[in-house]
Amino acid sequence: MKGLLREFSKGIFQENPIFVIVLGLCPALAVSVSLENALGMGLAASFVLVFSNFIISGIRNIVPSRIRIPCFIVIIASFVTIVELLMAAFSPQLAKQLGIFVPLIVVNCIILGRAESFASRNKILPSLLDGLGMGLGFTLALSVVAAIREVLGSGKILGFTLFKGYLPATIMVLPPGALLTLGILIGLTNIIKSKIRR
Amino acid sequence: MNNKLLLSVSPHMHKKETVSIIMWMVSLSLLPSGIAGIFIFGPKALWIILTCIITAVITESGILSLRHKRITIMDGSAVLTGLLLSYNLPPDLPIWMACIGSFFAIAIAKQAFGGLGRNIFNPALAGRAFLLIAWPKYMVTFSKPFTYPDSITCATPLTLIKEGNADNIYQLGLNYLDLFLGNRSGCIGEVCIVLLLLGAIFLLWRRIISWHIPLSFISTLALLSWLWGGSQIAQGDVLFFLFSGGVILGAFFMATDYVTSPLTERGQIIFGIGCGLLTFVIRKWGGYPEGVSFSILIMNAVVPLLDRFCRPRIYGYIK
Repeated sequence: MKGLLREFSKGIFQENPIFVIVLGLCPALAVSVSLENALGMGLAASFVLVFSNFIISGIRNIVPSRIRIPCFIVIIASFVTIVELLMAAFSPQLAKQLGIFVPLIVVNCIILGRAESFASRNKILPSLLDGLGMGLGFTLALSVVAAIREVLGSGKILGFTLFKGYLPATIMVLPPGALLTLGILIGLTNIIKSKIRR
Repeated sequence: MNNKLLLSVSPHMHKKETVSIIMWMVSLSLLPSGIAGIFIFGPKALWIILTCIITAVITESGILSLRHKRITIMDGSAVLTGLLLSYNLPPDLPIWMACIGSFFAIAIAKQAFGGLGRNIFNPALAGRAFLLIAWPKYMVTFSKPFTYPDSITCATPLTLIKEGNADNIYQLGLNYLDLFLGNRSGCIGEVCIVLLLLGAIFLLWRRIISWHIPLSFISTLALLSWLWGGSQIAQGDVLFFLFSGGVILGAFFMATDYVTSPLTERGQIIFGIGCGLLTFVIRKWGGYPEGVSFSILIMNAVVPLLDRFCRPRIYGYIK
């Protein structure tokens, strides 16, 4: 039981896919302009991650190891297609804003990384929890980056103006702002981790 | 004893000059231009200069104590960064923006990379670039000289030419003497060319900077401006293009920063040519009227490659 809980919780901080493993930076940098986009992207990727981990773990003993990567890609791509169509149907606004980054979840290295390093070697339940934890960690990290960028770069959060008379620092909603924010947050994570270890 | 500093590739012999003496010398050579800037744009320029320096020093000491390092603010490097940053700011900038720019220059561009000697990019220019992208509207609003306390906004000569409001210097209502003395709108420390050149001659005489970067930078830009700067080929107004922006300040005081420029003379010449070329490209085709700061920052990123490319022959090593 304790082991299962650890599989779930490790993705949130200890092995956070963005701040610690530093995977999946392309969506993290490109989509974190606003908190709304970040939440949408995080949930979409989490959905794909949980189900692909589940299926891949289920077929891990059937698929020959030589052709495992193409199989993983096919499974991941089908879930991405489901997410893409669902998003286009129920939230066309968000789908339009995320644009190409939803189909690009197929090649997101977090998802393929978890499939390869965890789901293809572990039983179904741990894989499911691993996917859930990693997805949550990804969503959380993306949201933190996006919240900082949205507040500083446009003075808003989820579209609501926070302070009157604030002059937004445009750089924060532009690509350099994403790199700066992410770099500082990774640095902070390292400081916290070294403090915990001591 | 000969008190001059020779620039050569490491290994070095010990000399009397320390980092702090060099930093204070450069600051000293920059002072006249700043005083001229205060005279031209009024006391608000003084407040910006002071804000930048004080913020830089406080940030430096704060971060050094957070990193459990010896607090070395007396070496003058933080003061010089603050001073250089303020020279690159328009005189009408809100004080708090100058504060943020100075904090960014020291905290992110310098200390986050490991402090003095380890920064890849020139901290003062990084601070300026940050402000220019963050609050572009305030960074391109300049005031007319000698109009304080109620300043009249006025675009810089380069902006006016770029936007097609004028074709040559006389249509701007200026002459070369105005440009030379600093009677034009622009950043605080870049306008008074004559005092900047005096400071540069002082640094060259003391051998604190070498001629390689400034000469290759300025001559490349002059050649390109002469060839393609005007309406017809080889008709460009070279003096105007050299004196109307931040080229003199950039070429002598920013591009020659020891930490962020190549070690070898050959590398320095390539570095200068690259700066000149990029400045011309940004001015001619880029979105900004002036490209000195961005071109130096881009070439800063190339410096490690230039150092590797221009490595001198190792003693006793046969090719």
